[in-house]
Amino acid sequence: MNAVLRHRLLWPAVILAALLLTNLAFTDHFFSIEMKDGHLYGSLIDIVRFGAPLILVALGMTLVIATGGIDLSVGSVVSISGALACLRISGMDDQNSVSGVVAAAGLALVLSLALGAWNGFLVAGVGIQPIIATLILMVAGRGLAQLITDGQIITVNSGPYKLIGGGYWLTLPFGIIIVLAVLALTAVLTRRLALGLLIESVGGNAEASRLAGIRSRGVIITVYTFAALCAGVAGLMISSNVSSADGNNAGLWIELDAILAVVIGGTSLAGGRFSLGGTVLGALIIQTLTTTIYSIGVPPETTLLFKALVVTVVCLLQSPAFREKAFHRRRRPVAAPPAAEEKVRVPA
Amino acid sequence: MFKRISALLLAGAVTMTMAGCGGDGGSGGSADDGKITMGFSQVGAESGWRTANTKSVQDSAKSAGVDLKFSDAQQKQENQIKAIRSYIQQKVDVIAFSPVVESGWDTVLKEAQSAKIPVILTDRAVDSADTSLYKTFLGSDFVEEGRKAGTWLTEAFKDSKDPVNIVELQGTTGSAPANDRKAGFAEVIGADPKFKVIASQTGDFTRAKGKEVMEAFLKANPDIDVLYAHNDDMGLGAIEAIEGAGKVPGKDIKIITIDAVKDGMQALADGKISYIVECSPLLGPQLMDLAKKAVKGEQIPARVVTEETTFTQEQAKEALPSRQY
Repeated sequence: MNAVLRHRLLWPAVILAALLLTNLAFTDHFFSIEMKDGHLYGSLIDIVRFGAPLILVALGMTLVIATGGIDLSVGSVVSISGALACLRISGMDDQNSVSGVVAAAGLALVLSLALGAWNGFLVAGVGIQPIIATLILMVAGRGLAQLITDGQIITVNSGPYKLIGGGYWLTLPFGIIIVLAVLALTAVLTRRLALGLLIESVGGNAEASRLAGIRSRGVIITVYTFAALCAGVAGLMISSNVSSADGNNAGLWIELDAILAVVIGGTSLAGGRFSLGGTVLGALIIQTLTTTIYSIGVPPETTLLFKALVVTVVCLLQSPAFREKAFHRRRRPVAAPPAAEEKVRVPA
Repeated sequence: MFKRISALLLAGAVTMTMAGCGGDGGSGGSADDGKITMGFSQVGAESGWRTANTKSVQDSAKSAGVDLKFSDAQQKQENQIKAIRSYIQQKVDVIAFSPVVESGWDTVLKEAQSAKIPVILTDRAVDSADTSLYKTFLGSDFVEEGRKAGTWLTEAFKDSKDPVNIVELQGTTGSAPANDRKAGFAEVIGADPKFKVIASQTGDFTRAKGKEVMEAFLKANPDIDVLYAHNDDMGLGAIEAIEGAGKVPGKDIKIITIDAVKDGMQALADGKISYIVECSPLLGPQLMDLAKKAVKGEQIPARVVTEETTFTQEQAKEALPSRQY
């Protein structure tokens, strides 16, 4: 029991459950999942499906934040990747050719990788502060996406491309399958191999890690490249979901949602530790909150205020210091507060 | 570097116009063949609608024999003010622009006034208290667009006795088109209590949001009869959501949108959208007409509404091949 109470992911999980139950109170069939046209259909499926791009972007962001950095450019990468793929596909003679779609998606992902490597180079190679280095691409990237789309919305009509973000496979939305695959891969790479430890040690103290024989520069470039790759895949999903690329609006402000998801999930912005499961929960909370606003009918003028209130409550509940103050007197056996969230310094 | 080059070019342009002006100094009094110089400052190139708007102005300037000086403000007011000042220095005959934002124009408009250059606003308004600062405002009437959408709806359901459940996808919260289209629509359908807006949320004028919000609407409200979307793109996103829910857009759920861009017209011709109210970017010919009158010193109305129409599914099939944007 104590172990459960003390678990880091307890509070995000409680909040997610509370949000879902709120929905149930307003919409009777909120939890029902049925089969429709050979695939699963229901509000819960929607939450995961629309949340899929955010989960991906947030996964990449988690690793970047774990190294003590931050990546503001992911939203721009989302729009660039979708724009490039749609541009290639719209120029094909047969938009339904699978090889053509794979080539277009591949090209978009290669460009995303290059953009990520550029971020990594600026941060680790040149030594620019991450927030500034990635701000460059955040601002310029949307211009690049506009340039690719020529300021227009590119509409494509391609069955195979539609599958990525709007299609189904084995009754599940294809986007969810992609997310599960990326999540599994990331978990194995960081938690079964030493990579996770290396990332955390670079986040704890880059210089000390270097002295200990870790190539921090390589690690940093890797995480930024990975974050951009995740954003690239998310960009394909978002544009595929509506079969069109909108350079102006695709992935707008997704970087902020992703950072919020990471923080709600209990990863410290100071770097040095991270939680992939927490990030996934955080992203799901954000998407559930959005869905809740639509289904209980919060007026658009007050949507942002409503979101802000919920997020404030979430963050307060997440803070051990606040919980200590608020709940200390009432409970008799005080559950020991989880380890403080301050930066974990790795001794040199 | 780029700045220096553009400054050089600008200087060149100024001297050339001066030379040009010297040639036809008495253009004000001459007949229609007298060449008018117009300075036009565009907001930017953020959407297909805007691009069509730019093209319309450029094309109709050419065919009306107006010498057009065009500049793109890239969504920045300071660029626009700079452009207008340079037009004043170049002594153009008339200045037209689509203001990026509503406020902060008084100073530069006064400069134009004291240089005796008439100013025409296109597409978007300014909030200056002194309306003598500009000759006229040419643009769409968003409230009227909302009313047109509402009127079609009341016509289409006039024989129905049952309540009509409407969901609304609003534009970006707080923007003029969103506020006005909502108000105009509500005004018309408010006359009959059987029309009920059961859910109304913002879809930010984008396809992705339109789809996401519509998915949630469909889950929360099993009986939706009508969707009213403030632009085509949100409607197009919602169509995908409706199809995903196993319903037939245009049949099970009637869809009304505003704008009439090409993708929207295609969906209308395919029977997925039921009715589109046009919000036309093609105001070039009207602008040139007004500009000529303004230069001659003729009286022109302070508010000119863009010539716009509406499209049913049949009309869309006819209009689609010649749709420019």
